[in-house]
Amino acid sequence: MKIHEYQGKQLFKQYGVPVLRGIAVTTADQAEAAAKELGSAIVVVKSQIHAGGRGKGTVYADEAMTQKVMDGGVKLAKSPEQAKEFAGKLLGNYLKTIQTGDGCKQVQTLYIEDGCAIAKELYLSILLDRAAAAPVLIVSSEGGMDIEEVAHHSPEKILKTHFDPHAGLGDWQARDFGFQIGLTPAQVGNFVKTAKALAKCFLETDADMLEVNPLVVTKDDQVLALDSKMSFDDNAMFRHPDIAAMLDPNEEDPSELEAKKYDMAFVKLGGNIGCMVNGAGLAMATMDAIALYGEKHGAFPANFLDVGGGATAEKVTIAFKIILKDPSVEAILVNIFGGIMKCDTIANGVLTAVKEVGLDRPLVVRLEGTNVELGKKLINESGLKVIAANDLRDGCAKAAEAAIEYRKSKAAKA
Amino acid sequence: MAVLVDKNTKLICQGITGKVGTFHSNGAVNYGTQFVGGVTPGKGGQTWTAGNGKLFPVWNTVAEAVKQGGATASMIFVPPPGAADAICEAIDAGVELIVAITEGVPARDMYLVKKKLAGSKSRLVGPNCPGVITPGECKIGIMPGYIHKRGTTGIVSRSGTLTYEAVFQSTGAGLGQSTCIGIGGDPIKGTDFIDALTLFQNDDETKYIIMIGEIGGDSEEKACEFIKKHVTKPVVGFIAGSRAPKGKRMGHAGAIVSGNTGTAEAKFAAMKDAGVFIAESPATLGETLLKAAGKR
Repeated sequence: MKIHEYQGKQLFKQYGVPVLRGIAVTTADQAEAAAKELGSAIVVVKSQIHAGGRGKGTVYADEAMTQKVMDGGVKLAKSPEQAKEFAGKLLGNYLKTIQTGDGCKQVQTLYIEDGCAIAKELYLSILLDRAAAAPVLIVSSEGGMDIEEVAHHSPEKILKTHFDPHAGLGDWQARDFGFQIGLTPAQVGNFVKTAKALAKCFLETDADMLEVNPLVVTKDDQVLALDSKMSFDDNAMFRHPDIAAMLDPNEEDPSELEAKKYDMAFVKLGGNIGCMVNGAGLAMATMDAIALYGEKHGAFPANFLDVGGGATAEKVTIAFKIILKDPSVEAILVNIFGGIMKCDTIANGVLTAVKEVGLDRPLVVRLEGTNVELGKKLINESGLKVIAANDLRDGCAKAAEAAIEYRKSKAAKA
Repeated sequence: MAVLVDKNTKLICQGITGKVGTFHSNGAVNYGTQFVGGVTPGKGGQTWTAGNGKLFPVWNTVAEAVKQGGATASMIFVPPPGAADAICEAIDAGVELIVAITEGVPARDMYLVKKKLAGSKSRLVGPNCPGVITPGECKIGIMPGYIHKRGTTGIVSRSGTLTYEAVFQSTGAGLGQSTCIGIGGDPIKGTDFIDALTLFQNDDETKYIIMIGEIGGDSEEKACEFIKKHVTKPVVGFIAGSRAPKGKRMGHAGAIVSGNTGTAEAKFAAMKDAGVFIAESPATLGETLLKAAGKR
């Protein structure tokens, strides 16, 4: 789960990480009032979206990105009036950055923050190293830049060290890095404090990623977090209701949230073949297979959907409803391995769900496992328009063909 | 011979009195696993009745289960908030094989588990895994027992249902399985590919290996380096998640491409480099296995 910059900074403050004063707003008038309240000569108006590269992004008036409003999703305002003007151009509009992929994100919240006199920009992040089963601190003197670029061109400028998840980051570890990146002794002292507070914040909030880019050294040697990017271990959110409440539904795909409610995992992929599978591995393999075997028919998976072990009629019904919400779906492929739950039970569940949902798009079902013949027979004799596939390859091909048929019949009707 | 578990394995279940624990303890009993009882703190002294009417003791602690029941293996169905604690208890009690089925254990809790495992005599499989089975002798976990057939293929996989596909097809190919190890879909886990490959390489009964990975992390790449140096048996491989978008978690907590690491492309390339027989999809696992075995 990801949170916004301003939410991350609330957490930073709780852990004693120095941040600038700031106020989150959702209207242009509030932006003006916030700038007045801060009372600084310069305030920064920052778009709150779950993607980096905001400063170098482009603002559009429409989601299709045809009408450009201005460059930059982070603006320096020299007066409250100017803060209001920028807020008006950002709020409700769409921001495209290097990290939003082909799309863009609507700006619904702004963070109005004090300006500061920067002496140096650094990079700091903390991640979970899976293989070492320990958190790893990453620091670079090249702040404010895309860190993957730095890693590519000058890997020697990236410092990494693991630290003990129970004892926390050691003073000596942070001190060593501080000197290595060329800070003065006074700056190193503050760097150690800030880095340790960030490490504590990472551990105690069950974060799996914390990035501050840039971490700045001010002209008076303070070391503060000018940015904040955090994501958390979903498995640990049961012990952090305060963080779970920070979830911004506007940043999430509604279908993903709906699936999560029923303990299913859904990810939209943008193709034309909806799929429903039991088990995450098989669900991934199914979307891969749709692309592999369906490519020559122009087929691509519309989604990843793991219905979990059960695959009961109730779950299948909900899954169908989620898949059918996507208008680009032209056929559905159900791929279930019947283990503990036998294929005939699953077939009955699927048929019940088809009747309840009133499926308007072709459905191909591939079952494998125990009682597979019985399951196929039930499907073939149901009188419903359900196509039984022999294996995964056959299922993908049949789904791709069914999608083409569906498209043709829809065009004929129109 | 098989690996990890056999007819001498004495199994307990931590969380036996819960609904899921009861269901799968019954599965183990019915399969013929040497099941000795279960642990639920506060319910020690009670008895647990299996579906076949047989009675088993319930203990308060794993230490008691080891002392009184002679337990050598434990399967854990304790819900996520207490799962890591249950694993640590089993480590301290000296249980040789701990199989954690629980899905949703916080990664931070696994830091402590990994620390305790190092230097202990316990091996952990999971969490978030289907379990371990040696066909005809011992079933620990949630896999459907009856699709398995004793044979010569060792299977190791990060995914449950894909393991079942591999089992089903290796049975269909007439080769069967020596032992199947579901290592689980979490980022921090006990047994990893290299551990399983080592076991299979050293096992006389295992002639072929099927290894099923998925996006996220780099344990497949490391395993392929290991295969190049130490594995002489034919390995069939598949990686799930070629078409997964970057930065999206695909069901499993560990299945995520972050930046440029953890891609299916890199893992397939490592497999190719290590001489692994690659299945283009799970549909071809059986035929690829036969090819690797020189039978086609």
